Amino acid sequence: MDLVSAQVPAGFPETHPNELTEEFYLNMGPQHPATHGVLRLVVKLDGETVKGVVPHLGYIHRSIEKMAESETYVQNIHLTDRLDYLSCHMNNLCLCMAVEKGANIGVPERGEYIRIMICELQRLQSHLLWWATFGMDLGALTAFLYGFDQREQITDIFEDVCGARLTMNYFRPGGSYCDVPDTFIPRVKAVLEGMEKSLDEYADLVGGNMIIQERCQGIGVLTKEKAISYGCSGPVARAAGVDYDVRRDDPYGIYDRFDFDVPLGKNGDCYDRYTVRIEEMRQSMRILEQCIKEMPSEGPYRSKIKTVIKIPEGHSYANVETARGLFGTYIVSDNKPKPYRLKYRSPNFSNVNIIDEVAKGFKVADLVTVLATLDPVIPDIDR
Amino acid sequence: MTEVDKHGSRPQNLGAFEREPEKQDEEKPKQGMIARYCSLIFGGTKSLLTGMKVTIFTFLNPKSTVTQQYPENKDTLEMKERFRGQVIMPHNEDGEHNCTACTLCEKACPNGSINVLPTKNIAGKKILGKYIYRLDTCTICALCVEACPFDAIRMGQDFELATLNKDSLELVLNKKEGRWKS
Ligand code: SF4
Ligand code: SF4
Repeated sequence: MDLVSAQVPAGFPETHPNELTEEFYLNMGPQHPATHGVLRLVVKLDGETVKGVVPHLGYIHRSIEKMAESETYVQNIHLTDRLDYLSCHMNNLCLCMAVEKGANIGVPERGEYIRIMICELQRLQSHLLWWATFGMDLGALTAFLYGFDQREQITDIFEDVCGARLTMNYFRPGGSYCDVPDTFIPRVKAVLEGMEKSLDEYADLVGGNMIIQERCQGIGVLTKEKAISYGCSGPVARAAGVDYDVRRDDPYGIYDRFDFDVPLGKNGDCYDRYTVRIEEMRQSMRILEQCIKEMPSEGPYRSKIKTVIKIPEGHSYANVETARGLFGTYIVSDNKPKPYRLKYRSPNFSNVNIIDEVAKGFKVADLVTVLATLDPVIPDIDR
Repeated sequence: MTEVDKHGSRPQNLGAFEREPEKQDEEKPKQGMIARYCSLIFGGTKSLLTGMKVTIFTFLNPKSTVTQQYPENKDTLEMKERFRGQVIMPHNEDGEHNCTACTLCEKACPNGSINVLPTKNIAGKKILGKYIYRLDTCTICALCVEACPFDAIRMGQDFELATLNKDSLELVLNKKEGRWKS
């Protein structure tokens, strides 16, 4: 017992060991496939039961915020790709919007539609990857391949549009750096058709599967109060019943023109987080369909701006809804081409910190389920 | 003295989160449990078969799969027109390029991957001496290509950039000094 208490890792409150059971600490990660990156969880176990989880962060810290101070605004965009690499278009957009607000730059109509469509495609792509890895984490490798099949078609669209598949660096203050090719709209239509069919398939493969349901329902319950007090956002918070979506409640770009619903969960368990994300895919498809109908086929995609962008002294803030929640960019500028200070607010940091509250009392296998449904992207936490 | 008293008061949080589902099950009549057990087995099998239907359909229709046999399909591989690989400098048949050594790309690069070393020709005019490009620090962001006003550099289509020797990542892009339209 002395051995155990001597090894209490930092972050845990001191405990009085109970003589009847033996408690021990287990490191999950940083090289664990279910942690989706270099996240280290120190888990306090009592047999198979989780008594506490402390996430240890910082394994992939690259000091992107400090680096930002020595690079111009346009050069900074490619660094935001490397935060949440599954929502990089949204991250690009957030920085561009903060710069546009500060420097008073407008975006042409067609540019706005391109932005919204690309962002919604990215949300679809990100949720598809989540669905694929969710199946894999729970032991169903088939789902992984099916998810990637559909995701590949969206990635191909991105490759057609901006030449990259993961680190896009596509948006610029005032629009985007090149126009979408002519094949863009037909390909988006093809993806939407395929998605309708695929979502039914996914329900057969994973969502309707009894084993998956038994492993998710009632597991990892997050209450609404906890979600709010920890600052959770995105599908994690919406599954807990927090009715907040930046796209609807603080509309940026032209989101206020579209008709879409914000899906909410009732119990806040893992299965709710699953259904909320699946429903979000359907809503993204709805937005895309409206975009295809209304998008102007002609017109400029980027407003004319100076080569060197300077933001007058002051500060500007913009936030977007990424696939994982509220992402914010705060710029403090001193009228130079480079920011004085640039701060990112990442959704994953808050989302992963509730894991102690959510996983406590469940088994180790449930910890993997909880982690899969929280869907953290580690580079976004550490920055 | 009881077990608990010996160690002082028992901490409140120990076991506070333990669920007690077994106790509830015991109180239920045994028949309900068996019915639930059976329905779980049949429901589980049915949902598994529903999932298998999807898998078997793909198994019987190999055309519906999208897998590419890389590297066997290397010759027929089609690259996207805008694909961003490493930075290249196109040359014409005489081995001449378009660069004027204006260093705009060097200034645009966020990582300092480009060094433009200008020199002077016999007439005393500034020409490009060496165009040094470091692939190891390049993040393939294409900001240099965007900045170049003379279309002298482009993003290549090559994606197999792995190498065993780190020194081979420092490249000189221009083949000879000077420019073809000067
Ligand atoms: S692609 Fe980007 S990182 Fe690479 S040399 Fe050009 S500007 Fe620099
Ligand atoms: S590549 Fe283009 S931008 Fe760079 S020095 Fe040459 S002409 Fe100037």
